[in-house]
Amino acid sequence: MSQATPKALNEWPLWEVFVRSKQGLEHKHCGSLHASDAQHALQMARDVYTRRQEGVSIWVVPSNTITASAPDDKAEFFEPASDKIYRHPTFYTIPDEVGHM
Amino acid sequence: MTAHLDYVLHLADNALVLGQRNAEWCGHGPILEEDIAMANISLDLVGQARLLYQHAATLKGDGTTEDSLAYFRDVPDFRNYTLLELPHHAALVGYAVDNRDYAVTIVRNFLYSTLMALVWEKLQTSQDEHLAAIAAKSLKEVRYHLRHSHDWLVRLGDGTEVSHAKTQAALNHLMPYTQEFWSASDFESHVTSAGIGVDTATVRDDWQTLVNNGIADATLQQPSTEGFVHTGKHSLHSEHLGFLLAEMQSLARAHPQGVW
Repeated sequence: MSQATPKALNEWPLWEVFVRSKQGLEHKHCGSLHASDAQHALQMARDVYTRRQEGVSIWVVPSNTITASAPDDKAEFFEPASDKIYRHPTFYTIPDEVGHM
Repeated sequence: MTAHLDYVLHLADNALVLGQRNAEWCGHGPILEEDIAMANISLDLVGQARLLYQHAATLKGDGTTEDSLAYFRDVPDFRNYTLLELPHHAALVGYAVDNRDYAVTIVRNFLYSTLMALVWEKLQTSQDEHLAAIAAKSLKEVRYHLRHSHDWLVRLGDGTEVSHAKTQAALNHLMPYTQEFWSASDFESHVTSAGIGVDTATVRDDWQTLVNNGIADATLQQPSTEGFVHTGKHSLHSEHLGFLLAEMQSLARAHPQGVW
């Protein structure tokens, strides 16, 4: 067990920031920041990531709650899909009335 | 007419002087994110000052511009509250950069933003349509400044022993300066009766309630409001404004025809 250093105790946790732009349909990851809690992170995100009218909605997520795939798993995770071109929907024409998909 | 101009300049000087003060943190904030937040607030205030100076320049005429009002007036011409020109230092400490105290910054922003959230709201119905439009824009900004400073007031006040003590000291230091908000002045009486300005006495109770709630949320003690009533809006300032203006105005005065 390693002892937490005073610096580590003073360090605020990391948050991932997602912003939805005015025309955007979904929130997009735009960066990360340090903040002491969720509300604080939201305010910080407003100041750091939406200063140039980038967005109309913000999500913040604690970085340590994200489970990520490991780079070493790349071969078994992603490469099997590379020869299955028929999974792309480009083979179908979508009627205009359907709108955005 | 002079009262009208003086009132717009009073609002403009408040915004510019506090904007300039808060900008001193730019690049020196406690952490990166907060540094950016404080710079944003400064830019909001300088933006308000620009709109107000442009309006004042139109009222004054005679070739006056926003720049001539901001950069070529001296201490006895400025009409900002004394509270806003004070350095970011607790009472009775030196004025070295290292002595800056973020609690002073936060408490001042809280006391002033609370006032302006109420004043801008009322000014939206000013007889001066231009001022009413500036008020509508500034109200959105100041509501965020109030949220930001209230949030930090609670975090610092209800934080560690050290942050609590510093925030209480900042509150004790600054609160007496708020008496100036309520002191009478001729130009304010004139613009109030003309329907152009706001009589601050009418927002005093609301201000006190909001401030009391903030102090309670932050687990701080109510400070004394007694003592000398400061006179910045009457253009009688503390020794600090001259240094602030010297730094802010030096570039424009060194290059009087400069364009940037």
